[in-house]
Amino acid sequence: MYKYDQYDQAMVDARVEEFRDQTRRRLAGELTEDQFKPLRLMNGLYLQLHAYMLRVAIPYGTLNSEQMKMLGHIARKYDRGYGHFTTRQNIQYNWIKLEDAPDILADLATVEMHAIQTSGNCIRNISSDQFAGAAADEIADPRPWAELLRQWSSFHPEFSYLPRKFKIAVIASDEDRAAMRLHDIGIQLIHNDTGELGAKFFVGGGMGRTPMIGPEIRDFVPADELIHYAEACLRVYNRYGRRDNKYKARIKILVHELGTEEYTRQVEEEFAHMKTLGLNPPLAELARITEFFHDPAYDTRASDELDLTDPDFRIWVEQNTHPHKQAGYAIANISLKPTGGIPGDASADQIDLMADLAKQYSFDELRVTHAQNIVLPHVKKSDLYALWQKLDEAGLAPPNLDLISDMIACPGLDYCSLANARSIPVAQKIGERFADIGRQKELGELKLKISGCINACGHHHAGHIGILGVDRKGVENYQLSLGGSGAEDVSLAKITGPGFDEDGIVDAVEKVTDVYLRDRTDGERFVDTYRRIGMAPFKEALYG
Amino acid sequence: MNKTITFNDRSASDAAAVSLEGFLGASNATAVRIEPGEDVRELLPHLERLALVEVNFPVFGDGRGYSAAQILREHGFAGELRAIGDVLVDQLAYMLRCGFDSARADQPLNEQAVQDALNRYPQVYQKTSGTSPISGRRPIWEIRHE
Repeated sequence: MYKYDQYDQAMVDARVEEFRDQTRRRLAGELTEDQFKPLRLMNGLYLQLHAYMLRVAIPYGTLNSEQMKMLGHIARKYDRGYGHFTTRQNIQYNWIKLEDAPDILADLATVEMHAIQTSGNCIRNISSDQFAGAAADEIADPRPWAELLRQWSSFHPEFSYLPRKFKIAVIASDEDRAAMRLHDIGIQLIHNDTGELGAKFFVGGGMGRTPMIGPEIRDFVPADELIHYAEACLRVYNRYGRRDNKYKARIKILVHELGTEEYTRQVEEEFAHMKTLGLNPPLAELARITEFFHDPAYDTRASDELDLTDPDFRIWVEQNTHPHKQAGYAIANISLKPTGGIPGDASADQIDLMADLAKQYSFDELRVTHAQNIVLPHVKKSDLYALWQKLDEAGLAPPNLDLISDMIACPGLDYCSLANARSIPVAQKIGERFADIGRQKELGELKLKISGCINACGHHHAGHIGILGVDRKGVENYQLSLGGSGAEDVSLAKITGPGFDEDGIVDAVEKVTDVYLRDRTDGERFVDTYRRIGMAPFKEALYG
Repeated sequence: MNKTITFNDRSASDAAAVSLEGFLGASNATAVRIEPGEDVRELLPHLERLALVEVNFPVFGDGRGYSAAQILREHGFAGELRAIGDVLVDQLAYMLRCGFDSARADQPLNEQAVQDALNRYPQVYQKTSGTSPISGRRPIWEIRHE
């Protein structure tokens, strides 16, 4: 894992002092809320329905047990004993007092964490593959590249007042576990013909009210030009992205309105100019960062044998573990989606426990996933049973990874000031309807995603089944959509037709899964069947 | 009009800035004011005779002026670069790093707050093309590998 040096630490410490001063000025009445707002937003502090919400960055979703413990400490000391892991691999606290915020940031800084640029119209936390460094299918660890981008994007003088927020994801395998194509910039590391590692750039993806899949704009950017190319992409956006309408201000609209070819031409022109300026850190800097991400000291004699006689353990292993690149090891997924729970929530005690388990079983490392779960990336197979027992005791072993109850849901109207409808109760009711794990496994991989408003924080456009909560004449109404995907088979979901009330949407979900069970052929996932048979049979079942 | 504050030893120019259109139509003007939607590259053929470029920030959240400033400096503009309009103390450090020499804010700026803001961060992560000791300073990655 990356370790701060004196320079990184000094930057984060300076930010804490700056925000302490800004908060003092606000509390003393020297700043109005209007003046304070852009300052607190750059520090991830939102004013929500009931309290301040603080979003803490977890760069590329990687953290160690000490950092995880700090997240538990903050939940306990400053919040109501829990935190909420988000779709951008961050954590949010929903009940924060403004006067505590500087102390929280100071606590975070002691473990090399911060809330810098977790909101505001700037470059946000860089996200990545939660299996980075462990997955058997990656060509390189994408995190050194993400860290290089983190440093470049932190306190960027030119790109801190962009037309709108800006999200970057970096992956390094063909399987896309990070919804890369739905980011403002998606980067896939690849080898070129001569075996050199570089970056393929996709620009202009996104969800929100105008979902778009980012087109490829360059097939190969060499490592020593990465920052030049990113600068070029951002400069064209900063200069020409729309600022007249908040809802048309994301880069996807610019790329769409200019056309991919014209946007690319402008970027290439800027890129040629950037190359003359020497803004890119030398390869030695990427090499320095890469040193921090070396493989842990695996036991090379570890066995691949697993005793699966305990049937509950077997189900969990089948569903929640993933192949590791190292023989004798597995990637273990901790589902934060218990039946009837709030997707992505974890109590302070659970956070502490996951930290302890990471230390004991996973070389001190944890990951946060964009699907709002936690990963222990390097677990010896012979330790899996003991790990599972401890998780199970703490309610952390739902064996439902990528099944229908492993839902993404935004905080919705229970917390969020933008929401039109509640998301959490709908997630809970669907979870209860499909509580039987045998039934869930019968349905197979099924990604269900719920947003409480058109801003799509719950990724409903990318759901095999998507649900969008809207306000219809003062009543919450839920629209159903089918066929989306945030993975390598990326696609945008299509709306089925008129919406449903809260109980009606649960019935509707059941009906479309019945159509799948009826019409599927061998080996087809829900989304495959939908793609093959189209919308009509589903509509017939829902509205016929 | 509020007074112009400078970030460095340069003394503020008292040339009167004209609009971009006015500047391009006149052969003797030495100061110009750029609005966010205008293309600063139109000034590139005329940099040598320009003593002052004012970059207007009608609202602080419109960040196009930062790119305008960077482009001018990257192309060797050596005259005074001044931010005007809705310039707040918390934006000054970024302005300085993008090559601005001075600011004339709509709302008066507190001198001490200005100094605090300009000196807040001990280092920078990015290289920019500014020419002053602070805006042109070496990024962390360069210091790491010296």
